Amino acid sequence: MKRKVSLTVNGTRREDEVEPRLLLVHYLRDVAGLTGTHIGCDTSQCGACTVLIGDKAVKSCTMFAVQAQDADVQTIEGLAKGDQLHPLQQAFWDEHGLQCGFCTPGFIMAGVYLLSQNPNPTDDEIRKGLEGNLCRCTGYVNIVKAVRTAAKTMGGQTKQPQATAATAGGD
Amino acid sequence: MIPAAFEYEKAGSVEEAVSLLQRFGEDAKILAGGHSLIPLMRLRLAQPSALVDINGVKELNYVRLEGGKLRIGAMTRHVELQNNDLVRQNVPMLAEIADEVGDNQVRNMGTIGGVLAHADSAGDYPTLALMLEAELVTNKSRYQAKDFFKDVFTTAMAADEVLCEVVFAVANGPHKYIKFRRRLFDWAIVGAGAQKLNGGWRIGLTNVGPMPVRATAVEQALASGATPEQAAEHASDGLNPSGDLRASPDYKKHLARVLTKRAIQQAQGA
Ligand SMILES: Cc1cc2nc3c(=O)[nH]c(=O)nc-3n(C[C@H](O)[C@H](O)[C@H](O)COP(=O)(O)OP(=O)(O)OC[C@H]3O[C@@H](n4cnc5c(N)ncnc54)[C@H](O)[C@@H]3O)c2cc1C
Ligand code: FES
Ligand code: FES
Repeated sequence: MKRKVSLTVNGTRREDEVEPRLLLVHYLRDVAGLTGTHIGCDTSQCGACTVLIGDKAVKSCTMFAVQAQDADVQTIEGLAKGDQLHPLQQAFWDEHGLQCGFCTPGFIMAGVYLLSQNPNPTDDEIRKGLEGNLCRCTGYVNIVKAVRTAAKTMGGQTKQPQATAATAGGD
Repeated sequence: MIPAAFEYEKAGSVEEAVSLLQRFGEDAKILAGGHSLIPLMRLRLAQPSALVDINGVKELNYVRLEGGKLRIGAMTRHVELQNNDLVRQNVPMLAEIADEVGDNQVRNMGTIGGVLAHADSAGDYPTLALMLEAELVTNKSRYQAKDFFKDVFTTAMAADEVLCEVVFAVANGPHKYIKFRRRLFDWAIVGAGAQKLNGGWRIGLTNVGPMPVRATAVEQALASGATPEQAAEHASDGLNPSGDLRASPDYKKHLARVLTKRAIQQAQGA
């Protein structure tokens, strides 16, 4: 039986009828038409589907769309302002932080979360912060470099979100 | 893969969750952080007829220190345990373990109650609950950790029972939990924990059998003056782990001994 779900995706309010078994990632791709969020596995391991819910990075393949009722979801499509790329997008470009690009949206969203928690991470902290994302191409070195570069360009702009409850999943 | 169809309701309270479970019958399941259940549903290894979503049950999300006990609501997420000062000060090993469960995305969703109720043999909190003799409180009863875990993926809870709280006695002395794995976010191939408590040692092992293991032979050896090296030789006493893709039974026993030795030594600051 379908159920109504209403949520905000990249600042736009949406309301749709969905089956409870529809995963949030399928909702974003197939219902909202936002195919930047990728699906790389069936086991919640690869992170290609990472989006932000509120200020928290989550794997959108490991949550049902109905759970996102009233949530504020941000996907890779929501990062750029017109033609101006987000500093992390620009840094992935400049530092060659991608090859095939399949993993990139997930890495960038995980990177946005990482820098919101820790605006000046060390390389080890970057690696730990991105542990939930897999890349088959780059060997990670340039991904770490890209996040380091973005941290520099964003210097001072990142706010420290409160270290409290994950409300991801909502109520 | 796409999970099989199911009915879905959100509960606003424990009482409502229980009555929904009763209404849907025994194939219904609680949905907590979803980070064990949803992957199983995607592989169709689990096909619950209904999910009762308790993410909105605020009364299950808290950390309190009361009468010398740390009480933790079942819906408290890994990320909250990692960063909580009460947890860090009173059961620091729990905060350290939470920091190494999965990855940021997993920790933002997964819950302590979900790990305990799921009872995966590679889950980390069940080992801690067992070695620290935690109490698990449901809507119906209170269990000692040793009576709660019955088999792999099996607990003493009934189908309409909801895990509400985990209670730890304060344990803030020397401690170390070591998880052996190939990649940072992997589950433990084997894990070993050591905690100094009330003058003695508590030793626990993860993923060396269907359920968490308390290594009492090691604890006793330490109590009678053995060195960590000598005592840790007993870590594999009585173990009969099954092999899996990542480790043979003998290798797991070897890891149990080596990791136990290192956990005790590192806890001692050696
Ligand atoms: C990539 C990855 C790596 C991971 N690594 C680790 C790791 O290293 N160590 C580790 O311990 N875990 C690990 N996990 C598992 C993670 O911690 C899960 O969050 C956890 O096992 C289940 O908790 P949950 O809140 O997500 O529960 P769910 O997946 O929602 O539920 C799991 C089961 O418990 C039941 N349940 C949940 N809550 C309750 C309750 N309050 N009362 C009664 N029944 C309940 C559900 O019905 C279901 O059967 C990993 C997961 C992933 C995806
Ligand atoms: S698709 Fe791989 S973690 Fe979500
Ligand atoms: S660039 Fe190809 S998977 Fe990462």
